[in-house]
Amino acid sequence: MCGIVGLFLKKDDLRPKLGDMLTDMLITMTDRGPDSAGIAIYGDEAAGSTKITVQSDTPDIAFAGLEAALNEALGTTASVKTVDTHAVIVLPVEKQDAAVSFLEGKGLRIMGVGSSMEIYKEVGLPKDVAARFGLRDMGGSHGIGHTRMATESAVTTMGAHPFSTADDQCLVHNGSLSNHNQMRRKLAKKGVFTKSENDTEVGAAYISSRIAEGASLGQALEGTIDDLDGFFTFVTGTKNGFGVVRDPIACKPAVMAETEDYVAFASEYRAFADLPGIEAAKVWEPEPATVYFWER
Amino acid sequence: MTTLDMSTTPLREVNVTLQEAAKSQSNSAFEITNPRGSHAVAVGLDGPLSVTIKGSTGYYCAGMNKSATIRVEGSTGPGVAENMMSGEVVIEGDASQYAGATGHGGLLNIKGNASSRCGISMKGIDIVVHGNIGHMSAFMAQKGNLVVLGDAGDALGDSLYEARLFVRGSVKSLGADCIEKEMRPEHLEILKDLLAKAGANAKPEEFKRYGSARKLYNFNIDHADEY
Repeated sequence: MCGIVGLFLKKDDLRPKLGDMLTDMLITMTDRGPDSAGIAIYGDEAAGSTKITVQSDTPDIAFAGLEAALNEALGTTASVKTVDTHAVIVLPVEKQDAAVSFLEGKGLRIMGVGSSMEIYKEVGLPKDVAARFGLRDMGGSHGIGHTRMATESAVTTMGAHPFSTADDQCLVHNGSLSNHNQMRRKLAKKGVFTKSENDTEVGAAYISSRIAEGASLGQALEGTIDDLDGFFTFVTGTKNGFGVVRDPIACKPAVMAETEDYVAFASEYRAFADLPGIEAAKVWEPEPATVYFWER
Repeated sequence: MTTLDMSTTPLREVNVTLQEAAKSQSNSAFEITNPRGSHAVAVGLDGPLSVTIKGSTGYYCAGMNKSATIRVEGSTGPGVAENMMSGEVVIEGDASQYAGATGHGGLLNIKGNASSRCGISMKGIDIVVHGNIGHMSAFMAQKGNLVVLGDAGDALGDSLYEARLFVRGSVKSLGADCIEKEMRPEHLEILKDLLAKAGANAKPEEFKRYGSARKLYNFNIDHADEY
């Protein structure tokens, strides 16, 4: 099954409440996906710096002394903020590639990299995952979240959504792709590699590779309709916005709401029940095989 | 009028209250507030009853309805009025996929749009959609009438049996074995009656009728080599 939520704010005054609103939406979707939960949140960015979100099953050991080790190895001034099993590392953008290699060398899992995106995901009930990371207190301009009921790969942190396969880009998915192994091989021939056995990660890598080749977000999402086989409702996040696309059969549910303040996406209307002004919002079901996106 | 507030009354208690009132043939009126997109609201009502739901609902609202009149002042999730036997279900907003699926009787009146698979496998229900319907609507529909004031999506009436489909707007494509048919006086009468019942502002003459070409009813021996 799986549940998806997404929220894109049109006005800045709601920014401090983004995490709070998304958390309520995420928890409402627990019955659709009690295995794992995750969220990508696009928050503040500092000029010239990048954020790397990493995860470890043994954070006490892995994150102890990480800041000093990183700074010494790279000769930089990185900061490490530990959030439960995750840590967000902020450092100058020119040190990004070296830092990713260093962190992977330490056995840390890279959740996502970007100037504004942070990704938090873990196995467990959405309410517990949200509480562990303090999602309610996070602010930002937009975010997407996912509650997982696993079908295509194991219930692990790396199998949880969102998947990020390029800087500031991420994807959540309800459905199952049937040509993901074939697509994984095609992408590998182009030098695009995935980290897990999961079908959604292949979808994310496909979109990222199309964008890297020069496609717009809209064109990359259009491409999923022709090139990916199976069932999908995708919600993708980028630095400037988010996009939605459903496969032509469209058996996976989706509903959207728009007011002057926000655009919201959810698998079910229930997730909108507490949003401000929802009674007067424009609420509709996105059409099959049709790309929607909002950017600022 | 009895009001059931779903912010304080659990779903199961709401449905048991409604089902008992329906069984007692009391013909009483209920108002349900704060549905907040809940699933399976007002299902299995087996008797005359008037229920108004003040807001949007989730999956399977008004399922298995018999004799009751249910009005939703909002939009509904997938599977609204599934397997309805009789009575009336009115949706003031939009209905998600497979609205009125397998319905045997009664009237499903959708004031907004219905998405994909509207009236799939309908078996005698009448469905009036004031807006548009999505793809694969009336797939394998066996009996009853589907009336659409707006447009229809891809593959309308695929593998259709004897249901009648009336569309005022455009049809993106017809499904296998579904064809446009002549509108005869008896069809105009049926349409006039359904449009009046649904409070729809449209004239029967504006519609086209679609139905089964009946080519899939029997195996065609000339196609034996294709298997």
